[in-house]
Amino acid sequence: MAILIFYIIIFVAAFYVVKIATSFTKSQDDFTSLKTVTFGDESAVTPNRAASFISVIAIFAIWAAFTGSKLIPIHVPGPFVGDLSFSYTAMNSSGETDDADVTITVYDVQSGVIPDKLEIEPGDGFALNDTDQIITYRSGLIKVQKNDVGGKDKDYKVVAVNGQEISPEQEVFVDNARIYMTRKGTLSVTPEKGWQMQPVWLPAPETVWSRLVKVGSEGYKNFTLWEHLGWSLIRVIVGFLAGAIIGIPLGYAMGLSGWFRGWFDPIVEFMRPVPPLALIPLVIIWFGIGEQGKIILLFLASLWIMTISARAGVSGVKISKIHAAYSLGASKWQIMRLVIVPNSLPEIFTGARVSMGVCWGTVVAAELVAAQKGAGMMIINASKFQMTDLVIMGIVLIGVIGYAIDILMRISENYLVPWKGK
Amino acid sequence: MKGLSINNISMRFDLKNGSSVQALKDVSLDIDEGQIITVLGPSGCGKTTLLNIVAGFLAPTEGKVVLNDEIVQGPGAERGMVFQQGALFEWMNVRSNVAFGPRMKGMSKSEQEEKVKHLLEIVGLADFEDKAVYELSGGMQQRVALARCLANDPDVILMDEPLGALDALTREKMQGLVLKLWKETGKTIILITHSVEEAVLLGERLLVLAPRPGRIHKEYQLPFAEMGVNMDLRDVKKADGYTETRDEILSIIWEMEEEIMGRAEEN
Repeated sequence: MAILIFYIIIFVAAFYVVKIATSFTKSQDDFTSLKTVTFGDESAVTPNRAASFISVIAIFAIWAAFTGSKLIPIHVPGPFVGDLSFSYTAMNSSGETDDADVTITVYDVQSGVIPDKLEIEPGDGFALNDTDQIITYRSGLIKVQKNDVGGKDKDYKVVAVNGQEISPEQEVFVDNARIYMTRKGTLSVTPEKGWQMQPVWLPAPETVWSRLVKVGSEGYKNFTLWEHLGWSLIRVIVGFLAGAIIGIPLGYAMGLSGWFRGWFDPIVEFMRPVPPLALIPLVIIWFGIGEQGKIILLFLASLWIMTISARAGVSGVKISKIHAAYSLGASKWQIMRLVIVPNSLPEIFTGARVSMGVCWGTVVAAELVAAQKGAGMMIINASKFQMTDLVIMGIVLIGVIGYAIDILMRISENYLVPWKGK
Repeated sequence: MKGLSINNISMRFDLKNGSSVQALKDVSLDIDEGQIITVLGPSGCGKTTLLNIVAGFLAPTEGKVVLNDEIVQGPGAERGMVFQQGALFEWMNVRSNVAFGPRMKGMSKSEQEEKVKHLLEIVGLADFEDKAVYELSGGMQQRVALARCLANDPDVILMDEPLGALDALTREKMQGLVLKLWKETGKTIILITHSVEEAVLLGERLLVLAPRPGRIHKEYQLPFAEMGVNMDLRDVKKADGYTETRDEILSIIWEMEEEIMGRAEEN
């Protein structure tokens, strides 16, 4: 919740800062800036690059601020570290009361330094002073009665903390801690946790980076990082190519022959809406958890998409182009090669882009279920050992690779089918 | 016998609801080699159907088309077609588009190149060989389409509203080009159009088709195409008889359109 409010504040603040900053620079008289009607004119909306830049920075800044990262100087309050103390009032079996102090050292176990136990005076009266140690983010049961004179008596009990009355199953707040009395009358001390995320939930950016460097050089679970990612990629490429090699000719056949279309229409239309992830159990039963099963799953994921896009590519050819080719003396085979195939390329490229995206998502999911290597296997395995830094690193790499695949497809599309949409 | 003859063509489509449409009924026409004929008529009169039958894309239910003593049974390279925009191959550059026909015939590369150069010069697109067709304007694209058709050296050129999608100025220029090509190549041309003005200007013979069933309503022999070869088309429009002919045909078409509308309202 705090993170969301922070994010909205940054969003709004950045908007006004950028707006004021750009108002000083000379405005350009390009066509869009001269339009008076821009609300509702989609063509007048261009992404503000400053916004994109700040958006990415903001995510990292919030991430760093809420994880106590060393990368930035400002953080939200972290967990309390240091000595906290409070006093308690005890009542013995004869109804007398006495006060004693408790001093607790809260330390960060991640730092590797375990502080020495404090030396304290026992104090006077029957209630004696106590000391203990608690690790940050944890809570500790402090048995203050244990060393008191008569503390083991049945009626001996703690009645107040810092002068505030307390009874079983009630809580009292003191400086830097919350104190709760259990049903049996023991004090449970929870030092202030602050707003930061624990590393096990969200590690700091530099932890993720150092994990990347470490896994990049040492590998993980018998395979290098590049082998993990490479295997995922190889599976995607092999599965996608298999789907394209079968799917594109099938799509052409469905676009050109009524018999093929009639025969395969029910199959394609039925299989298309079945998410590939739903096929994982069946594929594992049939083909096991090895490479074969994964490739077949990816093949099925891309097959229908490629079939449908090739079919759409054939149906999309303008009849006047076909007529023109015939009246220029082309044979059926020449029309196929020189008109139908090139005409369907834009559709096929769109299909290939979708299909690569689906395959990449499917391979990660399939590896989550069962694999010895692969990006998905890496993160699911890391999560079992609570290596959240490795999980986040894996997710980032999966995202980066998916994005890179799409950019590559778009570049090759611009290069290979420059007439698309013209 | 040289030339194109259309003998008693009838065309009936059966509709799914059991009724049928008589798109053409008993159309006969003899065209000498080298004639330019324009075909005009209200929408739905079967102009395009007639052209598709001559091109061989449709088989008539009755009658036959004979070109140079051979019955037309399918599309063929001796009958070239020029369509409205969008029939060029976008994945090929201008050269490959124009060279498509010669390539299908197995002509050598150097001959193709020579032919492309020559034709592009004629249509006014010299040095555009390496341009992509989607980079060209609509008028330029139609010039390429004309060159592509001529590259195959067909006996008859069938034009299906080739200038229909062009703006008025480009259209006027292209009309001049069509007449120039007609005279220089001596091809037989059948041109279908929606524009009465264009039909009167470009047709040595002008056929007005009537709808339901599609048939030849009236035929004109006109001098304006011949005049347009050597004169500016705007001057041709001032020539004797041009305005009268145009107005007469316009009123015929109007009457037919009104009749169609009236029938539609009755239904």
